[in-house]
Parts: sequence; structure tokens; C-alpha cells
Amino acid sequence: MLVRRAERRLALSDDANPDRRLLRPARVLATIGLALGLLLAVLLALYLARNGLRDIRDTFFAWEHLRDSFPSVRKGFWLNIKLFVVAEALVLVWGLVVVLARLAPGKAAAPVRWLAIAYIDVFRGLPAIVTIYLVGFGLPLTGISFFEDLELFWFGVLALTLIYGAYVAEVYRAGIESVHWSQAAAARSLGLSYSQTMRFVVVPQAVRRVIPPLLNDFIGLQKDTALINVLGLLEGFNRARIYAGNNFNLSSVVGLGICFVVITVPMTRLTDYLVKRDQRRLQAVA
Amino acid sequence: MAFLEISAVEKRFGKNLVLQGVDLNVDEHEVVCVIGASGSGKSTLLRCINGLEAVDAGTITVDNRPVLQDDFALNRLRREVGIVFQNFNLFPHMTVLRNVALGPREVLGLPRAEARERATRLLDRIGLADKAGEYPDRLSGGQQQRVAIARALAMQPKLMLLDEITSALDPELVAEVLEIVRELATEGMTMLLATHEMSFARDIATEVCFLDEGSILEQGPPEQIFTEPANPRTAAFLKRIIAAGRL
Ligand SMILES: Nc1ncnc2c1ncn2[C@@H]1O[C@H](COP(=O)(O)OP(=O)(O)OP(=O)(O)O)[C@@H](O)[C@H]1O
Ligand SMILES: [Mg+2]
Repeated sequence: MLVRRAERRLALSDDANPDRRLLRPARVLATIGLALGLLLAVLLALYLARNGLRDIRDTFFAWEHLRDSFPSVRKGFWLNIKLFVVAEALVLVWGLVVVLARLAPGKAAAPVRWLAIAYIDVFRGLPAIVTIYLVGFGLPLTGISFFEDLELFWFGVLALTLIYGAYVAEVYRAGIESVHWSQAAAARSLGLSYSQTMRFVVVPQAVRRVIPPLLNDFIGLQKDTALINVLGLLEGFNRARIYAGNNFNLSSVVGLGICFVVITVPMTRLTDYLVKRDQRRLQAVA
Repeated sequence: MAFLEISAVEKRFGKNLVLQGVDLNVDEHEVVCVIGASGSGKSTLLRCINGLEAVDAGTITVDNRPVLQDDFALNRLRREVGIVFQNFNLFPHMTVLRNVALGPREVLGLPRAEARERATRLLDRIGLADKAGEYPDRLSGGQQQRVAIARALAMQPKLMLLDEITSALDPELVAEVLEIVRELATEGMTMLLATHEMSFARDIATEVCFLDEGSILEQGPPEQIFTEPANPRTAAFLKRIIAAGRL
């Protein structure tokens, strides 16, 4: 019966289908919305063409400034890339450590669970910039020699790892908990232990489901590397800002923005694709 | 002493007393069918026997060893007791062969080749050798349930618990699953099964018990229970079943 139902649902998602008629009003609305949007855009363009288009172009898109600032911005942006690549690798591991602590079974593990929950609550609640500030300026003041000798870059990595470790732990948890309890029951009744059940049955099923939300968090992390500028690290945003301040022109910042968009768009597309593929598969299994 | 002994078992979920003092013995090579209305506690009883649920009072012993909630005892118990669920619960990310070989490989610690060989033999026996490399979602419900039975048998259990294993199946797929259970019975497998398939129960059971609101109201050989039930509630239940065309 379950299988039947799944098949039927699969058939529904196929093209030749009466349900598509239901979608029509939505599609008409979308078309109207799009037309209105286009009209507004054209009106705005006309207005700008008559009045301030040149000023806008010169402030944000001045070719010479884009060109002149680019070597510096590129150098800075390279640092952003290094920041998020290192932080993402650490976050993957740290998040897993946190979630395993969060889900540790048994009475004895209660303090560990509470610690993990407290960590997650605090770092999800704190604005990223506050965490970065506290980590970057606070830790060097603690007098711990390890932190006194640490490069600025690593404070950035540490702050981003702490922030996103909390998010990613929750993503992992959602994945693990989305695996139906009957799967664990089947594994346990075969005689597999708790850790074997996690390893062979639960985690492999969870991992596939968490890839899309994980990529989503990584997109956030990539963008948040720009926040590290508050520590004085000469990453892309700081360099672009310095150039902008010296030249009274924002084209350098726009150039940096383009860099971010260029690396983020492929990630978003990949995420969209994976989410869609997943939805189809989940429908097939449900 | 009987192979499986259940005495005065109570189980509650919150305030809901689901099992209210169940006594039941199953000897070796016996096939005992538990019948009863939906919600009467059949699944709960089976889940208590292999320790998936802890009992609140009373004792259960399997092969003279009490069922306790400590990991060592439970893992040992579960090697001897196989369970098959209503919804198959195959592992969707593993091939059919790996589903069956997982227990022998990871729990019994057989070498990989040996575990696969055992799994292949079992798949052959249930007539699904050609599906060894498929993933469960490519199989029909009946085929999935046969694989689930093979997965439990791969541990070479001494007792099989079958929890309404055909009630999630389309009618035309029920027979192929019951056929395997029948074979197991003729080979002398000790079994305790919860079922709504009355004619099958009548056919295969050495003993039938009627579970009603968490206690066993009546127990006896199938002929007696089905033709001349002593308890009026058993009679009423069977009447409803007959009215629904299931006997
Ligand atoms: N995990 C649980 N938590 C709370 N209540 C539960 C749980 N499992 C079962 N119950 C309750 O226990 C009672 C008996 O359930 P059980 O599944 O054992 O019945 P059943 O005889 O197997 O019914 P069915 O024929 O529908 O499978 C029901 O009232 C059910 O709601
Ligand atoms: Mg049940």
C-alpha cells in the first residue's frame, strides 16, 4: 500500500497531469507580477536617464576606479577566500563534534548535552559581528600566550568557526532526527549497538539530506568573511573601503561585491538543484 | 521451562496502561498467533520481548535468560530473537544484499565474504537472488517484506517475532510472504506472530491467543478459539472479523 501511494505520488509529479490546471491561477498571478515589475523598472530607468544616471554610473561603476582598485581588492578578496575555505573545513568537523555531544545518549552524558545546547544557543543568538569583536579583541587581552602570538587571520577563522559551528550542528541534528526512528529500531533489533546504528544506518541517511542546508550556511559564511574587517584585517572589504574613502568613489566596493556574487551564484544554483532533487526523492520514499 | 516465558508483564505509555499483566509461554517449535483489535497492545508486546521497549512490571525470559535493559544482555538477546515489522523498515541506502549481510558482518563478525555468502543463500531461498544488487525502493512491498524476513533470518535466530507483516501489503502480495512464514513453520522455527490474517492463523498456529485491552482473555488451539470461543469478547471480535470478510 505504501509503495502504491508512493508510486501514485511520483506519477503526480509527472507532466501529463490534471493537477497542473490547479497551478494556472498561480502562474497568471506570477506573469502579472512580472509585467508590473518590468514596467516599474522601465519607468525608473527613464527617470534616471533624464536625471541622475550619469552621477550614479560615475559613483558606483566608474571604469577607471574599478580598474585601479582591482589589484588591491583582489589581493584582499584572496584573503576572504582563504578565510572561508579554512573555516568551512573546520566547521564541518566542529559541527559534527557538537551535534554528537548534543545527542549523546544516557543520563551520564547530560552535562555534555547541556554544554552543547548552551553553546549552540549563545552563538546562534549573538550577532556575528559581536562574536567577531569579542573573539578578535577579547581573547588577546586574556593574557593567554597562545592568543597573544596568533595572527589576525586566525582570530577571524576562530570567530567564523564558532559562529557557524553552532548553525551547522543544528543542520546535522535536523538531518539525524529526520531519519525515522523505525530505522534505528530495525538496526538495534538486529543487534547493532548505538554507535554502529549511527554509523551504518542513521548518519549515512542523514548526510545526504543535509548537504543542501549545509551549502546554504556556507554561502552565509562566505559573505560574513567581510565582517572580519572590524578586526583590521586587510581583507577585500577593508581594502575596497580604504580605496573608496581616498577617492570619494564607491566603484572599488562594487568591484568587491561582484567578486562575492561571482563565487556565490554557483553555490546557490548547486544548492537549488540539490534541494529540488532531494524533494523528488523524499516524495518517492515517503 | 518454555523457550519464551512472559509473566505478569505490564507496560504503560504515560497514563495509558497498554499491557496489563500478560502471561504467555511459547515452547520450542511452537507457532503462537496473537490476535486482537487494533490498539490492543500486540506490537507493544512483541517490542517488549526483544527489548525495544522496557517493561514496567513482570518478567520476560528467552532461553532461560531474563530480558534486561543493559546493552550487553540486549545485544546477546537480539542475536537470538529476530523481528519483522509491519512496514519492512529495510535500510533504503543499502542494496538488498547489504541489508541482509549487515547483521552477520557487523554483529556476528563474520568475514565479509562469508556474510555475503550467507545473505546470497537466503535471498536465493526467498526467490530474490536476482534482486541482490537492487535498492529496496525498486522492490514491491511483498518483495521488501521477504527481504526483511531474510534479514532477520540471517542472524540465525532461535525465535522469530512477526508483527502484522502483511498488513501494509496489497492483497495480491500477501500470499508470497505468508508462504515463506509457512515454510519456516514446517521447518520448526519457533514463532510468535501478531496477525489479522485469521485463516492463516488458523492454518499455521499451534496456539492462538486473544489479546484484549492489554491482557490475554483467551488462549487455546486454533480450532477451539475460532469455532467455539469461550469468552464472549473473543466471540464478538471474531464476529466483527467475519463481518469484515477476513475469515
Ligand atoms: N511509543 C508509544 N508511545 C505512546 N503510546 C504508544 C506507543 N506505542 C503504542 N502506544 C499505544 O499503545 C497502545 C497499543 O499499541 P500497539 O501498537 O501495541 O497496538 P496493536 O495491537 O499493535 O495495534 P495495531 O493492530 O493497530 O498494530 C495504543 O493505544 C497506542 O496508542
Ligand atoms: Mg501493531
